[in-house]
Amino acid sequence: MTARVFVPCDALSVALGADEVAARLVAETAARSLDVTVVRNGSRGLFWLEPMIEVDVGGMRHAYGPVEADDIPSLIDAGLLDAGAHRTNLGPTDQIPELERQTRLTFARVGVIDPRSLDDYLAHGGFDGLRRALAMSPSDVVDEVEASGLRGRGGAAFPTGIKWRTVLGAPASPKYVVANADEGDSGTFADRMVMEGDPFCLIEAMAIAAHAVGATHGVIYCRSEYPHSIATLEHCIGVARQYGWLGTSIAGSVLEFDIEVRVGAGAYICGEETSMLESIEGRRGMVRPKPPLPALEGLYGKPTVVNNIITLASVPWILAHGGAAYSGHGVGRSAGTLPVQLAGNIRRGGLVEVPFGITVRELIEDFGGGTASGRPARAVQIGGPLGAYFHNDQLDTVLDYEAIAAAGGLLGHGGVVVFDDTVDMAVQARFAMEFCAVESCGKCTPCRVGSTRGVELIDKIVLGEQRSANIAQLEDLCEVLEHGSLCALGGLTPYPVRSALQHFPEDFGQRNQQDEHDAQENI
Amino acid sequence: MIRDRIVRKRHLSERPSLPAAQASVVVEALAANHHDPTRLLVVLQDIQHRLGYLPHDAVHPIAIGLGLSRAEVHGVISFYHDLRTEPAGRHILKVCQAESCQATGGRALTQHIEDVVGCNLGQTTADGAITLEAVYCLGLCAASPAVMIDERPIARVTTARIDRVIDDARTAS
Repeated sequence: MTARVFVPCDALSVALGADEVAARLVAETAARSLDVTVVRNGSRGLFWLEPMIEVDVGGMRHAYGPVEADDIPSLIDAGLLDAGAHRTNLGPTDQIPELERQTRLTFARVGVIDPRSLDDYLAHGGFDGLRRALAMSPSDVVDEVEASGLRGRGGAAFPTGIKWRTVLGAPASPKYVVANADEGDSGTFADRMVMEGDPFCLIEAMAIAAHAVGATHGVIYCRSEYPHSIATLEHCIGVARQYGWLGTSIAGSVLEFDIEVRVGAGAYICGEETSMLESIEGRRGMVRPKPPLPALEGLYGKPTVVNNIITLASVPWILAHGGAAYSGHGVGRSAGTLPVQLAGNIRRGGLVEVPFGITVRELIEDFGGGTASGRPARAVQIGGPLGAYFHNDQLDTVLDYEAIAAAGGLLGHGGVVVFDDTVDMAVQARFAMEFCAVESCGKCTPCRVGSTRGVELIDKIVLGEQRSANIAQLEDLCEVLEHGSLCALGGLTPYPVRSALQHFPEDFGQRNQQDEHDAQENI
Repeated sequence: MIRDRIVRKRHLSERPSLPAAQASVVVEALAANHHDPTRLLVVLQDIQHRLGYLPHDAVHPIAIGLGLSRAEVHGVISFYHDLRTEPAGRHILKVCQAESCQATGGRALTQHIEDVVGCNLGQTTADGAITLEAVYCLGLCAASPAVMIDERPIARVTTARIDRVIDDARTAS
């Protein structure tokens, strides 16, 4: 019987040497005339263990990691194919503590299956959600999504069901489904893992959305920094067309729907939905004022569902298992699970899918194992470059939309970036403004000009030039950015800046005589 | 009719001096995208993929081919960081500048790379081997810092590792 050995093919596993491991495994087993099939799966998301290879022994997967190409001969000598003992042996994959403690709904198949294999997808419950959706009326499908409590995982946390119902009720046609795969936030990679680990799930989700709202055409807008995702998506869309999961009369129904992949061109702002629509239409990615909502006047001015990849990838599970089963997880208005991404200076970085309600400390310490450097954690940025910096005494904050907002932050796309005590928070605050200046589309003045003024003000503050007056001015500027910008780029850049200033004032230059003088004047 | 005349007149007066090989790439990219103006970004990406950059003289035939103004074409080229109007080096090394990499020594790594190759981000080495580019997140943040050379991602980058990558890029054709 042919033994199956799994070697991940996702971009980060490849970046850590997975291709070399796979090549060596093929060569070494061939040289020894062993009957082995090397399967390229997605990553389980335990990146401190990547490249992590797995062997299927009697239907149970056993893991080894991190494995280097040079380990392969000794692994085979040690009886890899029978899960033999070896320095890198991690035991049964499902019992790895950091994996066992997760609740994988959206990521149930990621790392388990061969992402390019339709058979593998079908054998693991693939297209069950679409089959069930096609037996329901569009309105009932929307009801199911509403019942799940699913909210947009891209950052805005808008209820997905309400968005879909708006598009369903819009009279104009044609309608579109746009999948936002412009995952630009630093510290996030969940979208990439889905596209490289379970791409048919995204295709299924978009077909469900198409049925629910009456759309005929879909676009996946994927950032150019993800060449592996693009190649996998292109391949799988072709396979889906070939086997009748895209095109006309999908799965024997009247549903007609197809998907095109569009590649971004290195503009962070194109992750903003209206900017993305402009980009898909071939123009500069300039933000559109809202209203009109994209749900009513989106792509080419037609009703459009724009959803993040994780939002969409949650939908097939919801349709297959029911909205109530999904909303049974989580806390309060944050229903279901959140795929958290642990990044930055962290010992065990990776993907952690857990129900809402876990604390930041549990994530960083229990799952993440503290900092990679071994030094104390000092700051944690949650929610990408537009998210607030949390002080290490705020780590008991619960991870749900409301609790994070109450603590002055935002959950964004679920990225958690840890910094140790060598970080200079004034430098980080300056970077937030600088990033906004680099990536601003330029349409509105607060963002275009304010970001550059923000950099200048922080420089002056650090140099001690009229420190207190300039801090007041910076706070004033943040208010203008927050309330006067057209979109979230300008609107949220104040979050990292203000939180850095509030929690780490000691990094922003020294109080000096001028400060004392100003302070006296104010009295 | 009037639009046709205007287009023809502009065409005659400008005479773009694109070399024949490049001109045919432009023609093919336009045809492959059905002369659809909403596919301008795709056309530009196709051309850059084949030529390595977008020659200035290509703007005019692209505008004509899609029924757009040159300003619209130029506007899109200048908006997107990926699109370049000058040829790049033989290899493009993208160095992540975003927060996750900052938290793991990314700034020092960037400085080291600039020192070793002898140019700054946004520039090409004198021997034309490597173009350095800033990138804001490669999605490899669980094993920062990260870089990408051409389309090959490399994570948990150390100075020793990047030195080998740079050496290889310099010696490879």
